[in-house]
Amino acid sequence: MPPTPCSLCHTARALVKRPKTGQQVCKDCFFEVFETEVHNTITEGKGIFERGEKVAIGASGGKDSTVLAHVLSVLNKRHDYGLDLFLLSIDEGITGYRDDSLETVKQNQVEYGLPLKILSYNELYGWTMDKIVEQVGRRNNCTFCGVFRRQALDRGAAQLGVDHIVTGHNADDIAETVLMNIMRGDIARLGRCTAVTTQSEDTIKRSKPFKYAYEKEIVMYAYFKKLTYFSTECIYSPDAYRGHARVFLKDLEAIRPSAIVDIIHSGESFQLEQSVQKGMKAMQTCLRCGYISSNDLCKACALLEGLEAGLDRSALRQKQDSTSAAPTGHRTIPMFERYSNIGVTQPTEGIEKAIQAIEIR
Amino acid sequence: MSNSDDLITTSNGLGYTTSSANHPEQLVKPPTNISADEDTIEIKIEFGGGLHLIFSSQPSHKINIPKNIINEDGSKQPVNMKYLVKWMKNNLLSEREEMFCDGDGVRPGILVLINDADWELEGELEYELRDRDEIVFISTLHGG
Repeated sequence: MPPTPCSLCHTARALVKRPKTGQQVCKDCFFEVFETEVHNTITEGKGIFERGEKVAIGASGGKDSTVLAHVLSVLNKRHDYGLDLFLLSIDEGITGYRDDSLETVKQNQVEYGLPLKILSYNELYGWTMDKIVEQVGRRNNCTFCGVFRRQALDRGAAQLGVDHIVTGHNADDIAETVLMNIMRGDIARLGRCTAVTTQSEDTIKRSKPFKYAYEKEIVMYAYFKKLTYFSTECIYSPDAYRGHARVFLKDLEAIRPSAIVDIIHSGESFQLEQSVQKGMKAMQTCLRCGYISSNDLCKACALLEGLEAGLDRSALRQKQDSTSAAPTGHRTIPMFERYSNIGVTQPTEGIEKAIQAIEIR
Repeated sequence: MSNSDDLITTSNGLGYTTSSANHPEQLVKPPTNISADEDTIEIKIEFGGGLHLIFSSQPSHKINIPKNIINEDGSKQPVNMKYLVKWMKNNLLSEREEMFCDGDGVRPGILVLINDADWELEGELEYELRDRDEIVFISTLHGG
């Protein structure tokens, strides 16, 4: 096949076929359209950011959050958003899984010159995922990890004193979530899973600037820019349900690449009738730790109580309407407070650590 | 425009560090032949996105394959990607075939680059391989 010229600049050789549009573009035009589309997602309507905002990038060391850290740094400079950016990583305590990816985040800290905070499950809950799996087994441990991670991100962000958390969720992830929420009939989540930004009272604002960015383009971007990221799969049971949705979605994409944005659009178009909305639980704060919850106890406190009581998988069925005081001798989660500014490693400190990490190899 | 944003990195952009890989590069001997010419071509294969884990944890391979293949009807044609994928399945893949293959092709969710170009622009399975072509396979199925 003769080389195809770029459909945008008409001079350089096309190297990428864009899944969303079918456009054939060269490397430089690809970078430009990719970055511009993210900029558009960010600035659409009132825009997701406010000038001077402190923003934590939820960084796992994987492709999505690495590309997000890179693109946000670039756009913040190029369009003068005036953002104060941080990297925030959660260490679940999974030996042989998080170690390498946390090293990657430390390297990103150096490359992008952003302050990094790592918060561990062990610090926050007194439990690592390794210990949890030892006690509850390999089935269903993802529930613990998911509940704990969500809260850990919020708590890490509160400790950094940031106003806003951004995550690397991409278009494929969101389309998967729409499918999953439809299949399990989760009306409440279906309503909010497609929003670029979510915020309720007492929670830190969360946004997904890659809502319309295809996974294929994120991977291509990381490859062409030679970004440092780390691909790995959790050593404990993978999220099987999401796995099915993901394979199904990839099959759909192979037949019709626009399927991904089409599913997101369907998700956005769902509207709940008022009467249904009224029937949903109101939010309150957890009586034990102060974190937002739809019950007296938040899910994390309930799960932790089960773990502390030495329960196995039955810890998952721990009640969320018990009294506010934890049983004597149990460890609990510290009170959730926003703007309790502590413990950020500065970029220079990170550089030293990263150099040490590199020398070890 | 984007050049000014470039950062200095030693990364390969493929999502693995050398410490997680077995041998950086290994020469795999050509297989004893299956109805092909004596002539062979050299192909460089690289894996990204964790895909090397099902290829003996080696992210980079140099292989030799026949330059031409003989079809069932006896006609000769230049070796193509379809043959390469089948060859990899039979000679390189160390485990979990379903993570790489789907029918005659590769599983949806694996990106393929031929000499740094999206293979969708190069004819995918019908692309005719040339000596010293570089093929990159990147899995997008792992978590981010």
